[in-house]
This record gives sequence, C-alpha cells and structure tokens, in this order.
Amino acid sequence: MGRLRILGRYLRPSRRDFVLCALAIFVETAFELYIPIIMGRVIDEALPARDMGIALGYAAQMLGCAAVALVLGFVYARLSARCAMSVGAELRQAEYEHVQELAFSDLDEIELSSLVTRLTGDVTIIQNAIAQGLRPFLRSPANLVLALGFAISTSAELSVVYLVMAPVLGVALFAIVWRVSPYFQSLQRVVDQLNEVLQESLAGIRAVKAFVREDYVAARFEVESTDLATASTLTFRTAQLNLPTFTLCIDAVNVALLLTGGSMVAAGTITVGVLTTFMSYVLIVMNSFMMFSNVFIQLARALTSMLRVADTLSAEPAIASPADGAPRVEDGSVEFRDVSFKYSELAEEDVLEHVSLRVPAGSTLGVLGGTGSGKSSLVQLIPRLYDATEGQVLVGGRDVRSYDLAGLRAGVGIVLQQNVLFTGTVRENLLWGDPDAGDEELLEACRLACADEFLARIGGLDANLGHGGSNVSGGQRQRLCIARTLLKRPRVLVFDDSTSAVDMATDARIRANLAGLGGMTKIVIAQRVSSVMDADQIVVLDDGRVHGVGTHEELLERDDIYRELCELQLAGGEEG
Amino acid sequence: MAAAHDVRPQDLGRTVRRFLSYLGHARWRLVAVAVLACATAASGLVGTFMIDPVLTAVGAGDMAGFLRLVALTGVVYLVGVASSLAYTQTMVVAAQRVVFDIRRDLFRHLGSLPVSYFDTTPNGDVMSHFTNDVDAITEALNNGFANLIQSSVQVVGTVVLLFVLDWRLTCIVLAIACVLLCYIRLASSRSKHYFSRQQDTLGVLTGYVEEMTAGQRVVKVFGHEGENVAGFARLNRGLQAAGTNAQAYAATMVPTTVAIGYVQYAAVTALGAWFVISGSMPLPSLASYLVFIRQFAMPLNQVTQMGNALLAALAAAERVFALMELEPEVDEGSVSLARSGGDSAWGWAWEVPGGAPVPLRGDVVFEDVTFGYVEGTNVLEHLSLRARPGQKVAFVGSTGAGKTTVTNLINRLYDVSSGRITYDGIDVRDIRKADLRRSLGVVLQDTHLFAGTVAENIRFGRLDATDEEVREAARVANADSFVRRLPHGYRTRISSDGAGLSQGQRQLLAIARAAVADPPVLILDEATSSIDTRTERLIERGMDALMRGRTTFVIAHRLSTVRNADAIIVLEHGRIVEQGTHEELLALRGEYWQLYTGAKELD
Repeated sequence: MGRLRILGRYLRPSRRDFVLCALAIFVETAFELYIPIIMGRVIDEALPARDMGIALGYAAQMLGCAAVALVLGFVYARLSARCAMSVGAELRQAEYEHVQELAFSDLDEIELSSLVTRLTGDVTIIQNAIAQGLRPFLRSPANLVLALGFAISTSAELSVVYLVMAPVLGVALFAIVWRVSPYFQSLQRVVDQLNEVLQESLAGIRAVKAFVREDYVAARFEVESTDLATASTLTFRTAQLNLPTFTLCIDAVNVALLLTGGSMVAAGTITVGVLTTFMSYVLIVMNSFMMFSNVFIQLARALTSMLRVADTLSAEPAIASPADGAPRVEDGSVEFRDVSFKYSELAEEDVLEHVSLRVPAGSTLGVLGGTGSGKSSLVQLIPRLYDATEGQVLVGGRDVRSYDLAGLRAGVGIVLQQNVLFTGTVRENLLWGDPDAGDEELLEACRLACADEFLARIGGLDANLGHGGSNVSGGQRQRLCIARTLLKRPRVLVFDDSTSAVDMATDARIRANLAGLGGMTKIVIAQRVSSVMDADQIVVLDDGRVHGVGTHEELLERDDIYRELCELQLAGGEEG
Repeated sequence: MAAAHDVRPQDLGRTVRRFLSYLGHARWRLVAVAVLACATAASGLVGTFMIDPVLTAVGAGDMAGFLRLVALTGVVYLVGVASSLAYTQTMVVAAQRVVFDIRRDLFRHLGSLPVSYFDTTPNGDVMSHFTNDVDAITEALNNGFANLIQSSVQVVGTVVLLFVLDWRLTCIVLAIACVLLCYIRLASSRSKHYFSRQQDTLGVLTGYVEEMTAGQRVVKVFGHEGENVAGFARLNRGLQAAGTNAQAYAATMVPTTVAIGYVQYAAVTALGAWFVISGSMPLPSLASYLVFIRQFAMPLNQVTQMGNALLAALAAAERVFALMELEPEVDEGSVSLARSGGDSAWGWAWEVPGGAPVPLRGDVVFEDVTFGYVEGTNVLEHLSLRARPGQKVAFVGSTGAGKTTVTNLINRLYDVSSGRITYDGIDVRDIRKADLRRSLGVVLQDTHLFAGTVAENIRFGRLDATDEEVREAARVANADSFVRRLPHGYRTRISSDGAGLSQGQRQLLAIARAAVADPPVLILDEATSSIDTRTERLIERGMDALMRGRTTFVIAHRLSTVRNADAIIVLEHGRIVEQGTHEELLALRGEYWQLYTGAKELD
C-alpha cells in the first residue's frame, strides 16, 4: 500500500469539494431518514385521534424532507463529478508530464501500448471508481450513524437488535471482501495473459496462416482461457457470498424485530407506529454495510490500475539534468574517451567496448559496421540519450553530463533511424527545429535537405502530412526530418542511417549541400560506403569495438572489413 | 455508468435464440438457478406479508399464535437464504461455462477467417470482442440473469400482495411507479448522450498520446517536452469538462428516483391514514403496506438496471455472433499433399483421390492472373510467369508495384480475381489449403515472434522437429551463433514483440523457422532496412544452402540479393515491365538498370 502513497498528492486539490460532498450527503441522509419517523407519528398520533388534519400535516412534512433531500442530492451530484474528474485530470497530466521526463533507456523498458493504457484506460478506471464509489462511501456511514441514532432515540430497547446484528453483518462482509480482494488482482493478471496471447495471434496472423498453425494458437488460447475460467469461478464464487450473507442478516433482524417488537407492542411498551418505523429502517441500516463492502470490491478492482499509475509516477528518470549545467555547446568537437556501454545493468555483454575517438570541430566522421556493431549506440551517447557505462563522452571539450540537458540537445542535432513526422503540416513539423523560423529559413533548410524537389508537388509548406506523416514516401520523410534537424543549427549534426531510403544521386547532393555548412561537426552512420567515403575520417565498428579508423584510402589499405564492404558495394556500380 | 455502452441489439429475436443455444450448454444449472431465484423472491415476499398476521395476532392478544407465526416467518426466511446461497454459487459456474464456450468458439472461428478480414479490421476492434463484449456477457450472466428473475418475481409478487392488502392505494402506487419508469428511460437516454461526448474527447486525447509516445524519442531529441505537455493539458481540460458534465448528470438520477419514491410514500401515508380513519382499512394492513412499498423501489430499480445490462449484453452477444457468422476461408480443394519421405525430392507427394502418390516437383505457373484487393482497383493485371522446379525468381519494383501481392496469391492468403495459378499443373484452388501452405515456406517482411522460448519459435515451422533439427535450421539461417550467446541459449524466453532482439536477429529466427519446415517451395519477403549489407551476406550464404533445389520466390528490397536469380521480374503498377537475368536486364538499360545504379528510389 506504501506504493500508493504518491497518489494522495493528486487528491489534494479536490479536498474542499470532498468535504462539501460529505456535508451534502450527511444532511441529505438526515432528511431522508426523518421520513419513516414522521410515518410512525402518523400511525401513532393521527390515526388514534382520527384527525385527518394532523395526517395531512405530516404528509406535507414528508414531502418537504424529500424536496430538501433532492436539492442536496443535485448539489452533491455536481460536486462529486467535479471531484472525480479533477482527480482523473490531475493524474493524467502528472503522468504525461512524467513520461516526458523519461530517458531513452526508460522508454526501452515500457511498451508503447502499455504507456497509452496507463494514461487513458487506467486513469479512467480510477476516475470511475471514485465517481461511483464516493456516494456509497460517504452515504453508508451517514446512513448507519443517523439511522441508529434515530432508532435509539425512538426506542433504545428495540435498538439492541440492530446493535447486535449490525456488527455481525459488518464483520461477515469484511471477511468476504478481505478474501476476495487478492483474487481480483490475480484475476486481472490472468486477463492480461489472455489478452497477450490474443494480441500476438492477431499481430502474427500471417505467420499463423502461412504455417497452418491455427490449431496450435487456438490450443494456446484455450490454456489461458481455461485459467481465466478457473480464476473467475473462484473469484466470483467468493464475491457472490455477500448476497446470501446479507439476506441472512436482514432476515434475522426482521424476525428478531417481530419477536421482541411484537411482545413489546403486546406489553404496551411501544406502539405499532414505532415498530413499523423500525421495520422500515432494517434495509437502511443493513444496506449501508452492503454498499460499503461494494466500495471495497470496486476499489480492489481498480487497485491494479492504481498501482500501475503509482509506479509510473514514482519511476525515476534514468537521466536528469545537472543542477547548474553549462547552458550551451560552445564548439562542435566530440571525443570518446575509453567508452564502454551496455543498455541494461543486467546485460552480460557490452554493446560498446573501450571506444576512443576524436572528432575535431567542423570535421566529418563516417561510421560503418554491421548490425549490432554498436553504431547507433555510439552516436546516441553524444546528446545523452543514453549515458556511457564507463569512460567519458565530451562535446566542446566538456563532459556531456556537465551540460544542461536542454542546452546539450539544442547543440547536438541527431536525425534518428526510427524517425517520425507528426500529424499536421510541413511547416508545423519543421518549426520543431526552430519555433521562430520564417518561411525563408524553412525553405532554405528544405533546399539543403533536397526536400524542395517535392515540396511544391505535395502542396508547399502548408501541405498536410497526414497521420504520422503518412502522406509522404519513406525517402521524402527522411529528407523532411533532415530539414527539421538542420533548422536547429546544431554544432554537431548526427545522421543515423538517415538517407537509407533516398536514392544515391540525392544522397550525394545532400552531402554536397552539407559540406558547404562550415563549422558544423558531422557524424554520419551509413550502410553505403559511398555515403561516407569522402569523410575526414571513417571509423569501422565491429562487435562494439573500433576495428579501424582512417580515411578511405587508409582503410582500403589496412582494414579488411572496409575492403570487403567496398568490393561488395562499389563493384556493382562499376559494372553498370 | 452502464449507460455509455448500452446499445440495443439490432435483431433481438435472432440474437436471443443464438444466445439461448449457448445457455443450453449449462441447461440444468440454469434451470436450477431460475427455480431457486424464484424461491428466494417468494420467501422474501411471504416474509414481509407475515407482518400483517403477526401484528393482528399481537393486537388480538393471541401470544401462542404470535410465536407460531414468527417461527413460521423464520423458517420461510431460512429457505430463502439457502436458495439464494445455492443459486448464486451455481450461477457463477454456469456463467463461466457459457462464457468459456463463447470465447473458445470465437477464437476458433477467428482462426478460420481469411487474411482479408485481418487486413481490413483494426486489431483493436477484434480485441474488443474478446474484452468488452465478452465481459458484458459475463457481467450480465453473473449479476443480471438470476437477479432479473428474482426482481421480476418480487415486483409482480409485491404488486399482487399490494392489491390484496388494498387495491385503492395500489392504483396510486402504480401510477407513480409509471412516472418513475418514464423518468429512468428519459434520463438514461440523455445521459448516454453526455457519455458519448465524453467518449469522443477521450478518443481525441488517446490519439494524441499514441502519436506523441510513438515519437517520444524525436520529442526528446528536439527538447519539445514543454510544448507537448501544453498540448496535452488543453485536451485534458476538455476531457475533464465533458467528463464532469456526464458524471454530474448521471449522479442526479439516484436522488431523483429516491425523491419520487418518497412522494409515493407520502401519498400512501396520507391516503392510508384517511382509509384507516374512515374505517375501510385495518391499521396492521397499513403498517405492512408501508413496509412493502419501501421494498418495492429496490426490485423495480433492479429490473430496469438489469434489463439495460441484459440488453447491452445481448448487443455485445450480437457483435460476437456477427463475427462468428463471417464466412471462413474457402477451401474446396480435394487434392492432398503429404510429406511421404522416400522417393520424391523433398519427401512430399501428391495424393490424387484413387491414384498412386505422385512426387512433388515444385513447378509454379501464373496464367494471366488479375487481382485486386478492392473490386475495381487491380493490383495485378494479366500477370503470367513460370518458376520451374528449383528456380529462384526475384521480384523488384517500387512500393505498391504488387510484389507482396504475388506471394499472397501463391499461398492463397487471397484468391485470384481471374486467371489461375498452378502448382505442378494443379490449380492451387483444387489443393487442400492446409497442405498447400505447409509445403510453402514463408519468411515475412515484418517478423512476428511469439512469446515463448527461441526453440519454440523456430519449432513453430514444424511442430515435431527434434532439438537437433531446430539447431540445424538455426545454423542454416546463421542464427545459431547469436542464439548460443543469449542468456539461456535456445531456452531463452522472448516476448511477443521480440523485445531484446534486434530486427536482424528476429529476421534470422524467422528464416530458421522457415528452414525447419523444410518446404519444397520458399517465399521470401526481404526485410526492408533492418539488416545491413554485411549481415545480409551472412544470411545469404545460409539462404543459398536452403534454397538449393527449391523453387524460391524472393521479394527484393535490396538489389544485391537478386543478382544470382534465375529470373528477375520488374513490376510496375501490377504489370511486368521487364523480365530476365541480371545481365540481360542490365544490358537493356531500362527500369532495372535505373534502379540498380541508384538513379531511382527503391521503396
């Protein structure tokens, strides 16, 4: 439960509404409960006196009480809705802000779909639990206390029946809730497993069809489905015990009231009216326990969501900005000093091992290497998307960890491999690079990235890119992503295989345009040798280690991997 | 509030009949539940009715009669408690039985649907049948079925008893009950309107979150976190306002119904008092009557609530049944194909009804094939080609040229619109679908692995493969070396999205998966960008060994892999524009040459 403490913070702004809700409910309940007492008086006063005037007077009082209760009920409705929705909104906002703080390594650990579930589904569940649970939560105690109070003031002797039976019911229902809460949690886990099997069968439907494995996945599903049926049976069998328990207690109270009350009426200690009032209170008193136990069952069902939200909120981001970091990158030199890196502490093998490299300001570095050789990992250390496990990464002569994070990232522009554009126009997307850029600057960036070639065709800067930039092809998207990064005017520009979908001629033109931008350090990861062979130095990575560094000519001479790549790729071109 | 999902079924009668047939699976249990629920309701009614005779006995001073009546009331109540215990427990078991069967049939049917269904239906929609729809059915069975029976008996019984006690008062009570029902109907439909508005704003917010979280890395790289938070806050406030309106409206329903209940109560008290004073009604009857109408509101409320839940469940059931009624994949093939071992090249042979098994050769011919996913828009037009046994045929062309479609047709994920495809001279539509697919090995572009061990994922290709065969397949695909370096080797568990493995590694596992199946014909849809030239070289060597002697179709996204193909087919807008070997096509200096020299973008 300690994990949930963090959620308390988001309840605080609704404190005032909550208190007002409680107040409204208490008064509303008092007026409602007064009605059976009035009814008792009708029986005891108006009827023996055979006075219709008194009876009508009491009936009017009843209507008055009902009216007041109704008004308070409406007040409560508004307040409670505000309360629940405000908690929901606060939680969502806090979660979203927190997600923005997370580092790349944190994002690796969380699946996208689960993040979306936490932000929308889980918060909705919590919010509904509050909206639906608040009334019984406040009203049950009010009902219990007031009804018992009225009952005792009417006949202390007869109230003994309530005072004995009410705790019995309370304890019994509590015992059921106590038993069933953990069942609901394990039920949720089984449901998640079933959904996972379902999800992967849907995602892999082509593989399933191609290998004729319909029966195989159906068998897997049925295993989970059987587990779910077993868990559900256990959970609901226990949860459903509350109904007979409740009925048993109510019936016991009824019989006891008839027995003692009837004798008392016979003995003349109480009137028929009092007994009728008591019989009317049975449901109110006993129902308050039932409603209260339902609140707990509802909370138990929302508990998984609450824990997930609490965990998201209390996760510490892996990378945080230092207190008084350097505000900006002064020059574009980059240096790796004996850098080793792995993505998780648990990983056995390092992704990068003892890498040392120097890239002078304004020069160009090409990075080549096979899949898993650590190319992307290497460049992601520069803007501190990840932190090096050992060794130091320096930009402009300073350790990257001593920069203010925003300042460092403003100075290092990286075009990611998994790059995306967002729903909106070309202009809106480009402005991410520089919110103050005018059309001139936007168009100039497009020209440098060779995006001007198709810009007019798709409708200029105001062209709509569609959901996730789906209206443009892969090569066009890459060029717009490059333009967006160029607008940042970074000191260090990193391309992580950013022109893979662009044809060779355009690739060459982009390179030529960038060469004209003096003073900017460029680090280019590529699959094609031709993309990097003119660089000031080229590094060949193999299995996380530096296999060779040098110019094209130097590497051709002494690096076998580089030579193999050249033979493979450049031979084809010559043939044509 | 259930009101948000409360959509009524379209064809109630049909849905109910179908639903009843599922309830039939737990027939005797449900009958028992119904009987017991009636018993429970009846015992409650009789119990309350006993107030009148008990008080009358007290009034008459008959203490022996009084005690006997109270004891009788106790016995009636006990019967009620026992039956409510029995029916609630029985119902849970019956409900799970019914829901399990629905879930099983739904999933099995889903597996039989054609790929076109999955291509046109978002996964989320399909998931929703299993989660939201099945949940609505479970909920209605668990709480609605017995409750509805019990409450209905209570309502009817109460009305009857009220008439017995005093018919004049009962007319008033019923009139007010009608007002109450009208109010509930009206309020539910209004509240539905509010909730659907809340649902819409939630949808917009979810869309925003999905897009931004998918691009979260770009957000970080551009330091765009602040703008994002502001954008989210705007949508969040909109959702809060819509939600508050919806909840506030829904929350007024309870106090309103309660207030109407009290109006009824006051009316009965005043009128009842008059009847007692005028001598037309005995006092104990009024006392009993007043307790009854206090208890009347609850079952009435239950009936309307459960009625709505039940309708919502029927609507959910209707959606589930609609899915179950979708046409499964057509398979009228009669020719079977079996792994026979022995004389044929790949141990596969045709089994023509009434004839001796004929060894499979792997000769695939497209004869004037035209195909479109949607009627009127053809993706392939008049395509004819032939892959002789053991040949490697490669398809190149830009996105949308129809390359993947060609392979979708061979293994009949889709069927041709006109023309035909033959396999050893037999129309693929005449071959039993499962046999056809088992004999075609496939490596798809987006590799989907399943939660389980590495070995299990490879064995997905052939369930009875031995450990040694699995390892051998991995060696062929060049996956063995990286697998052995995983924490638990072949027993390393991987999650369904293959987290922890690189794209290239997942692709290697997919190749191993196809290799273990040892099929006579292979279809390879190359990974687009995940494998670099060098790793691809490694795979290529393995693939060459795998392809030897097998008829192979390759969809190439990288031209380095197609050079040694027996035939390269260049597709453009669903038509073959060039066809030939690498050398022949380069000599043409046409489309292929342009692609090859990088003058044109490929994908």
